[in-house]
Amino acid sequence: MPTTAPAFSDATASDSALRRFLFGLPGVDAVGLEARAASLGTRSIKTTAKAYAIDLAISMIDLTTLEGADTPGKVRALAAKAVNPDPTDRTTPRTAAVCVYPDMAATAAAALAGSGVKVASVATAFPAGRAALDVKLADVRDAVAAGADEIDMVIDRGAFLSGRFLKVYEEILAVKAECGTARLKVIFETGELSTYDNIRRASWIGMLAGADFIKTSTGKVATNATPANTLLMLEAVRDFRAATGTQIGVKPAGGIRTTKDAVKFLVLVNETAGEDWLDPHWFRFGASSLLNDLLMQRQKLSTGRYSGPDYVTVD
Amino acid sequence: MASAFEYAPAPESRSVVDIAPSYGLFIDGEFTEAADGKVFKTVSPSSEEVLSEVARAGAADVDRAVKAARKAFEKWSALPGSERAKYLFRIARIIQERSRELAVLETLDNGKPIKETRDADLPLVAAHFFYYAGWADKLDHAGYGANPRPLGVAGQVIPWNFPLLMLAWKIAPALATGNTVVLKPAETTPLSALFFADICRQAGLPKGVVNILTGYGDAGEALVTHPDVNKVAFTGSTAVGKAIARSVAGTDKKVTLELGGKGANIVFDDAPIDQAVEGIVTGIFFNQGQVCCAGSRLLVQESVQDEVLDALKRRLSTLRLGDPLDKNTDIGAINSAEQLARITALVETGEAEGAERWSAPCELPSSGYWFAPTLFTNVTQAHTVARDEIFGPVLSVLSFRTPDEAVAKANNSQYGLSAGIWTEKGSRILAVAGKLRAGVVWANTFNKFDPTSPFGGYKESGYGREGGRHGLEAYLDV
Repeated sequence: MPTTAPAFSDATASDSALRRFLFGLPGVDAVGLEARAASLGTRSIKTTAKAYAIDLAISMIDLTTLEGADTPGKVRALAAKAVNPDPTDRTTPRTAAVCVYPDMAATAAAALAGSGVKVASVATAFPAGRAALDVKLADVRDAVAAGADEIDMVIDRGAFLSGRFLKVYEEILAVKAECGTARLKVIFETGELSTYDNIRRASWIGMLAGADFIKTSTGKVATNATPANTLLMLEAVRDFRAATGTQIGVKPAGGIRTTKDAVKFLVLVNETAGEDWLDPHWFRFGASSLLNDLLMQRQKLSTGRYSGPDYVTVD
Repeated sequence: MASAFEYAPAPESRSVVDIAPSYGLFIDGEFTEAADGKVFKTVSPSSEEVLSEVARAGAADVDRAVKAARKAFEKWSALPGSERAKYLFRIARIIQERSRELAVLETLDNGKPIKETRDADLPLVAAHFFYYAGWADKLDHAGYGANPRPLGVAGQVIPWNFPLLMLAWKIAPALATGNTVVLKPAETTPLSALFFADICRQAGLPKGVVNILTGYGDAGEALVTHPDVNKVAFTGSTAVGKAIARSVAGTDKKVTLELGGKGANIVFDDAPIDQAVEGIVTGIFFNQGQVCCAGSRLLVQESVQDEVLDALKRRLSTLRLGDPLDKNTDIGAINSAEQLARITALVETGEAEGAERWSAPCELPSSGYWFAPTLFTNVTQAHTVARDEIFGPVLSVLSFRTPDEAVAKANNSQYGLSAGIWTEKGSRILAVAGKLRAGVVWANTFNKFDPTSPFGGYKESGYGREGGRHGLEAYLDV
């Protein structure tokens, strides 16, 4: 693994240099990786640790709606929920962001103005990413102009899988340039990358190209965030900071629905990247249904009994 | 380790196990006092709390137990294999049913973390009984000719690091092949064997087929030298193993010895580093390093040495040491004050000889026997910590430049029990594994056990194999 930043400019000098660099990264043993993720999943988090984890997880949520049927009303409802997740308990932390399509970014921005909750917008022809670069960049410009604080871009998986790593890298650079002050989350769609080695390589391409966050998935394919792929990406940001001093965030997205799952991810963060990442600025959950389970568990901790789905808002 | 995310203690309930204030010897299906009435105490290594008082067997008790086993042998060995299988399957199922109880008991008596007893020891214990139950009616097809005969009475002496698992390794194949057993557990960890005696009764095992004698080395010596014992099986230190080999030399007893080790864990520069670090941790810090096949010598290729060591130290700093009954604990207590003293002395020798010590920054509990995960760098083949088995959470790190050098250093040991290879290159795994003089060679993993896989050593690590089809041979007249 390279240890100095200047080595990285060589790494991205040409397609072949980038390939050599990526293939020089340590391999990933799938069995070992999954075993480690599973063993961290057996940490028992109870009482005070659980209360801490629930509040932290709520504050890390990018409350997401990415449906063709989204309406301004739904986005406003989601924004209200992000700001005040549990109307019965005002001590509940707000979520980190509301994540919407670019055409809803303005609605979200208006609804969240002054709340501290960020507006995240998927762009770059989400979720397939199959569009010309200028279309993707226009998509990003739109979202930023509409008030998005954060841009979630998808990489060109076709280019990645056919080995055109520099194209992937350059596209991220171009998008980053359009982001202005918005933070850029780069989505790899790990379920389509097929191997853990590819996920590590994609992580490094993203980090080299200036991603502020690396993100597992769109939530639109069969395999989304898993403990193993998230653990692997946490190792990548940990190694990148050790090599360059630059800290990058991680966002697992899709399929994390329960408090129990979320807590397992927080344990991965705590014991892999470390507590510096236990902060909404550096770790996010891309989720929609997770919040309600966290709220129900939170109510359970404070009242001693389970309520039920009617004691939290539907959206 | 102070952290924002402080895991709350999550101790396993002790109430699932009911430890009696005293236990007798298990002879001929009954619990009985020692002939001379002697007893000793067993303590919990993590708290030094006295758990129970157990009978201390002497030569007279050994004789009684061997006689009971001899008597039971006639009927037991005459049973059809399918009948013996039924008992073994029943024992396996009872172990599964009582696994939580046994896991807690083992953790209390041994000091190892509950996550190891619960997730590693007990599933393997049950698996060994299931596996050998499956062999009991298929011995004709095991490759030892038609109708292979059992040996008779097996005298078995087991260590304290995996009390119940070593019992399973010894008793399951012995019973499956038609032998009867007198087993002596280690003096610091007698309880799970006594609970196993109860399981034998619960399973309706005929009296005398399994006898358990708690006691010290003198009882073990009386057992292995008893003239009416046909087979000696011992797992433990090389020094005791040598003494046993001497004492049975010239007799017609069959012997298997599973002794010490100083396993080499070889990390090549193309290894999956993050998983290799996990494997190094599993290799030497599993069960506080009190594992005969521990990967206690790390051989790391020079080009990745700094990277691996940095990653390893960072990882060791996240290990959670403390109450072994807490589900979040990674590192439990050292088994006894005596063992702690031995580890401490060897570590001091390492420092005196010029090796560089680094210990994980963890707080040690005030009572009980504890040792922080430790590694030594600047180690050479000439250092004591690279040669002697420490049997504790202490890793010696050496480096190499070429595969040949790695093999030469790995084999340069009086032991030969285990080794590990970490590389992404499959052909290198095969090339190096073939040259290593070790009974078990793991590739891109470490300390993985399975009843179907034979286990045993080269050189001073002993002889004979346990587990798998090979494990049957040690209990058959072939």
